[in-house]
This record gives sequence, C-alpha cells and structure tokens, in this order.
Amino acid sequence: MIEQGYNFGYLDENTKRMIRRALLKAVALPGYQVPFGSREMPLPYGWGTGGIQLTASVIGPDDTLKVIDQGADDTTNAVSIRRFFHRVTGVATTERTAEATIIQTRHRVPEATLGEHQILVYQVPMPEPLFRLEPRVAETRRMHALADYGLMHVKLYEDIARHGAVTTSYNYPVMVNQRYLMSPSPIPAFDNPKLDRMPALQLFGAGREKRLYAVPPYTPVRSLDFEDHPFVPVRADAACVICGSRASYLDELIVDDGGTRHFVCSDTDYCASRPPLQEDAA
Amino acid sequence: MYVAVKGGERAIGNAHAWLDETRRGDPALPELSVQQVEQQLGLAVDRVMAEGSCHDRGLAALAVKQAKGDLIEAAFLLRAYRTTLARFGTSEPVETGAMRIQRRISATYKDLPGGQVLGPTFDYTHRLLDFALAAEREAVPPAAEAEADPTPMPRVTELLAREGLMRREPADTTEPPDLTREPMRFPTSRAGWLQALARGDEGFLLGLGYSTQRGYGNSHPFAGEIRMGEVTVEFTPPELGFAIELGEITVTECQMVNQFAGSKSEPPQFTRGYGLVFGHGERKAMAMALVDRGLRAEELGEPAEAPAQSQEFVLYHCDNVEATGFVEHLKLPHYVDFQSELEKIRTLRKGGGA
Repeated sequence: MIEQGYNFGYLDENTKRMIRRALLKAVALPGYQVPFGSREMPLPYGWGTGGIQLTASVIGPDDTLKVIDQGADDTTNAVSIRRFFHRVTGVATTERTAEATIIQTRHRVPEATLGEHQILVYQVPMPEPLFRLEPRVAETRRMHALADYGLMHVKLYEDIARHGAVTTSYNYPVMVNQRYLMSPSPIPAFDNPKLDRMPALQLFGAGREKRLYAVPPYTPVRSLDFEDHPFVPVRADAACVICGSRASYLDELIVDDGGTRHFVCSDTDYCASRPPLQEDAA
Repeated sequence: MYVAVKGGERAIGNAHAWLDETRRGDPALPELSVQQVEQQLGLAVDRVMAEGSCHDRGLAALAVKQAKGDLIEAAFLLRAYRTTLARFGTSEPVETGAMRIQRRISATYKDLPGGQVLGPTFDYTHRLLDFALAAEREAVPPAAEAEADPTPMPRVTELLAREGLMRREPADTTEPPDLTREPMRFPTSRAGWLQALARGDEGFLLGLGYSTQRGYGNSHPFAGEIRMGEVTVEFTPPELGFAIELGEITVTECQMVNQFAGSKSEPPQFTRGYGLVFGHGERKAMAMALVDRGLRAEELGEPAEAPAQSQEFVLYHCDNVEATGFVEHLKLPHYVDFQSELEKIRTLRKGGGA
C-alpha cells in the first residue's frame, strides 16, 4: 500500500532535485560538507532525517531498500524507517545485504563487501569532524578551506602522550582523497577501513545540521594516525555465540545477574547467512 | 534477552495502539473536540502556530489534541505537515502600525496617542486557583465593550526617533533569506535571525532574554511598546500586479527600548530590540526582543561575550523541534558505539596502547 496524498518518496520533485544537485557537488568534492535546504520530515531530527532525505532523493521504483541500525534490520528505528519508505514509495525491501541496491545505515557498515551497483546512505548526527574541538561552524568552515587540521592532529597526539593510545573508538576522523577531514558518522573505528576504496557510492546526510557529503566509489579514505602509532581497528576479542565468527564486529550482551557476557554479531544478515555455530579460526 | 528487539514491528504497532487509548482517556467522559481546543486552549494553539511556523488555528488545535497537550510535539506535527505544502509566493510585509488593537501598552510613557489598552491579559490577576472554573459554569457574562478608538497609534519607538533619540534602523532592501528553504549561514542577517527567533522555543528564548537582564550581555531594556491585535495579510499575484487581501491574522509585537552608549560615529541614543509572533504570545515576543537586541551587539560595536550575544549559540539551539529530536535520539540504540568504548576503556585500563 502506497500512502495516498504524498509524492513518491514523500519529498516533492523540486526538493529531490535540489538535494540531488547538492549530492552532485558532494561527489565532485569528496568529503566536503555541502549545505543543503534540509526539510522537516515526519520523523524527528536526530533519528535519521538526513539519511531519509538522501534515500528519498535517489530512490526509484526499481530499487530494493535495506535499512539497518546498529547493523541490524530489526531494531525499532530501522523498522520504522523501512516502513516509512514502504508507505511512501512501495519499493521492495530486503534484509539481505547482497540483494539491496540502496542500504540506509546508522552506526555500522555491513560486513559483506558492497558492489558498484549499491549505494550506502549514512545517517549523520554531527557532520563536522572538528566540532568537539571547535564548536563554531563559521570557524570550522575556514579551517576546512585552508586544510588546517593541526587541531585534530594535536588531539590525537595528546591522547597518545597521556594514554598511550588514541582514545577515540567510534566516529574516528578520516582524511578523504588527501584533502578533506571527514566524520565517517558514529560507526565503530573497526568499520573505518571498509570506507577506503569502496566500490559502492557512499552518501552521508545530516538533516538537523543541514549538511550532506559523499565518498565516490574507489576513493582513498585514510583514518588519521602517525607513522609510529598506526591506526588499529578494535573489536571484542571473542567469537559470536550464534555463528562463531571471529572476524565480524560484535555486540556484548549481559545474559544473567552475575554479569555473564556473550557476544553476537552486530550485522544480523552476515550472522544469519553463516552456518550456525562453526567456530572459525580467523 | 534484549537482542536487537526482535519483533520490533509488532511492538511498535502495539505501543501506538496504547498511546491512542491513553490519548482518549476515560471513555465515560466526552471526547475533547478540536474546536474546543481551538476556542478554550487558545494560547496553547497560538504557541504551537508560532513554533510550528504555520498559521492555521484548526491544524494547530488538531496537533495539540493529537500530541496529548505536549506543545513541542504539537509544533513538530505542524512543521512536518507544513513541509508538504506548496509555496505559491511571499506576502507583502504586514503593517503592524495599522493593527486593529486588542491590547497596547507602553512601559515608557504614562500616556501617549492612542492610550494604554489593557486587553485580555493575565496581568494584575491574582494567581488564586479559581474553583468556580472547576465546576461547569452557566454562560459567562460578556465583558464591557467600548467603541473602538479611531486615533492612530504611532509606535513609541517612532516618537523617540523623530526626536533623534532613537537610532534609525538601517534600511535593508535585500531579499530576506528563507530558513525553511536554505540552510542558515553565519554570520546571518538580522532578517535571518528574526525568522529563527520567531519560530524558536519560548522557554529557551525566555531563559536567554532573562540572562541579558541579569548581566550576561546587559542591554538595559524598557518595554517601549507591546501591541497585540489583527493585521491584514496581503499578497500580490504576479498575474494581477497589485496587492489583494488574503485575510487577517492575530500577532503580538514587542519593541524594547535599550540604552546605547554611542560610538565614535554615533551619539548616545536608544536602540531597539524587536519581537513578533503569531497569536497572543506576549512572553515570547518580549523574550525575542531582548535576544534580538543581544544579537545586535556586534553591529553596535559592543563586546559580544554573553551567550545571548552569540549568533551561533542562540540560533543553532533555539529551535525546539531540532533540539528535542537530537536530545531524544539518545533513546535510540547506541550499543555498537558503546561496545567500541567498552573495548577501548578495557584496553586503556590494561595500560597498553592499542
């Protein structure tokens, strides 16, 4: 059932065109934050309105949509967004990563390698990678223009000097195409290497902050580090209790009052597509 | 086991059905009609129209009912509806000088042309719970009426300006930005920030305005004039080429009179802070005028150190639909990020760099 009284994809065609123009600029300037006339959506700001607007602008009747939150298709907000698009577009939805042409995500990059025919749309809360160091947007725009990223390097250096390691574990800043410092959105640093030279187009939408940006296919994306302190992606040193994977990113569960911990794959499709309980050695 | 909330779709459906039931309340009582909300909770409707930035009393009343009286939720509902509406043009500027006055007061002059008109106000009521209202009343006796005074009501600020004591506003003929269509850029124009303040959260602006009175960006304000009443909205269709009346809306306008020490090029004089909101929203109009004056610090060459004087601080945070969304998104699962923090902090406590 497609909702009556609303345009395909909820947004009107002129708004979609405005967003696609901004997306073209974003693709031409990988990692650069393009301001856009973000609209009020029927879902709250901070709950994926940026990603929703980008998906709405690029989706067509032949697309197959997958929506994940924390890597899973059945988390409540992912369910809500998937249902929204089903209502306003009627497109096919899937939980299988390989079958999707558009994947909207919050906080994770799927474990499976994505292909050229796919678009990965990230929901972004704070597009500005420098905001904890410099809250004034007028000032950070100047810093990006001058590629003045010393502040971030000093932050990483101070982390190492005081704690022996960089303390950022998610939303770990990346350098895109050796030019713009970019927030990869709050994905775990474990996922950062997947952004590098990914064959799929990556789009990032921040509705509340009214910014979008992009990483075109096969673009180099490097997590900031130092020669003597290289970037290390971190995952729990454990195996998934369902599929036994030692390669995927894991969620930690507390299963009893004694604090017993179990680990399961955060990517539910990856987990479900593996034969159950076969400990691998990776 | 709380694993990724299996069956999320059914759980959401059930939750919303329960919400609907609690909205209705005790079915033995008559259901509240949208017309009752519109008529009897008029100030809630006004606030929702202002913060939802959409003038439609019926829709705002529906939003108040649907939101169970949560006014920020109601403003959000109205905003989300507003985005889907086609825009066919921009009205002519409304002339608040020609307002059909319900209320007009000045705190700077005891008497002035047009006089002081109290209008329907809570001011000077004793805040004693009126138990008579708890019982159903028979018809309320009509309030005394007088003939409308045809005397034009000049603005207090204009009276001062004619004397040269009130700084004239610099003329600005540029097309005002539309923050519902374009993202705000900083520094933004006064037209831009007044738009943001007009739809900004009453509570946030009240707190900020209050802070300017308590020394955080002192601006020594006087309520030069507050007026509330009906103004005509006119629109010029391109095919006609002249303005036609679309109708009337009720607005509240506040002009604060503030001290200004003067500068190298200007003598000491008064300056103004301006507030304008849909409906009867006096507290909001006054707070808006205080914050507007705060934001003018830079223009007037004053030190801009207080929160109410910082454009980015005020304008990025005054929108309650944005604010409530982002604050409440903390309810969404964050276990992936939290897991990465857990691993990081365990590694750091082991004393090893990773």
